[in-house]
Amino acid sequence: MKRTLEWQIVTVKAIKSETPDVKTLTLSLPDWAAHRPGQHYDVRLTAADGYSAQRSYSVASEPERTGEIDLTVERLADGEVSRFLDDTVVVGDRFEVRGPIGGYFVWDRSIGGPLLLVAGGSGVVPLMAMLRHRGIAGVTNPARLLYSARTYEQIIYRDELEALARKDGLTVSYALTRSQPPGWKGYTRRIDDAMLKDVSQPLGRDALAYICGPTALVEVAADGLERVGLPAQHIRTERFGPTGS
Amino acid sequence: MTMAKDDDLVLDGNAVAGTLSEIYGDDMTTVLAECASCGQVDHVGGLVAYVHAPGIVLRCTACSTVMLRIVQTPKRTFVDVRGKRIPEPPVQA
Repeated sequence: MKRTLEWQIVTVKAIKSETPDVKTLTLSLPDWAAHRPGQHYDVRLTAADGYSAQRSYSVASEPERTGEIDLTVERLADGEVSRFLDDTVVVGDRFEVRGPIGGYFVWDRSIGGPLLLVAGGSGVVPLMAMLRHRGIAGVTNPARLLYSARTYEQIIYRDELEALARKDGLTVSYALTRSQPPGWKGYTRRIDDAMLKDVSQPLGRDALAYICGPTALVEVAADGLERVGLPAQHIRTERFGPTGS
Repeated sequence: MTMAKDDDLVLDGNAVAGTLSEIYGDDMTTVLAECASCGQVDHVGGLVAYVHAPGIVLRCTACSTVMLRIVQTPKRTFVDVRGKRIPEPPVQA
């Protein structure tokens, strides 16, 4: 049955700090519907004078968690919505959302296949929904995440990614582009073809790739994956809002 | 304002999926769109989107030709379909 997209008022149930600039809001939805990992919600904030602002945020949680969703929001210096969500909102606050939205940048167990995920900064959020779903649904196809961040401290979901990588056929590689902790063994440069070849080759040409990040990273990764042999129709992209990396 | 800053503001069709769904009454991101200029075919969700302006513009990923323009006013929504294969929106009540 097709579900019409309507605004509903959600309540903030919990707030978790992920990094100095990123928070996860757990929202209780009166009219919850299972999303497909990769989908997003629109958030609408309305001021007392009627001014309203609207943005899209990817769902970070897995659809197996009923009645609520997690949105992970990066604070942008001039982001009127993200600054409100990261700095002002407290547990118990209410605002409007609609969703889940989007059928293009989605992956779930029914799609299957070896999975290659490439993230830049907070572009990891929709990919995390895929990995959480993959873990809970018991999907055993190999999966790889290549995650580019500026610094070690700016890696979102670091502990959980390490836990997921320990147990179920997931390999996580990081590229830290600005600074690295002592003894760092991961990549120390921006994503390039050599790196993409390293992470994609073990998965073979059947792999499905999902790339999410700032435009520059998305284009480098999408073009690069084609150059190292992945068919274009196996590559899906999502350009994430203004972040830079 | 530098080019890099402008590039950071570029999103894609996924980001306007909610607005498209509002206009068309269904998810549009998986619909294929063909550029009327160069013939490139992409999912609407993959088109390049400019949303930081008084209106939404979706452009071809290959040649940047305008595929779809949307302007919403308090009274109605204006949709200008330029790309091939993108359906015209249903007539508004």
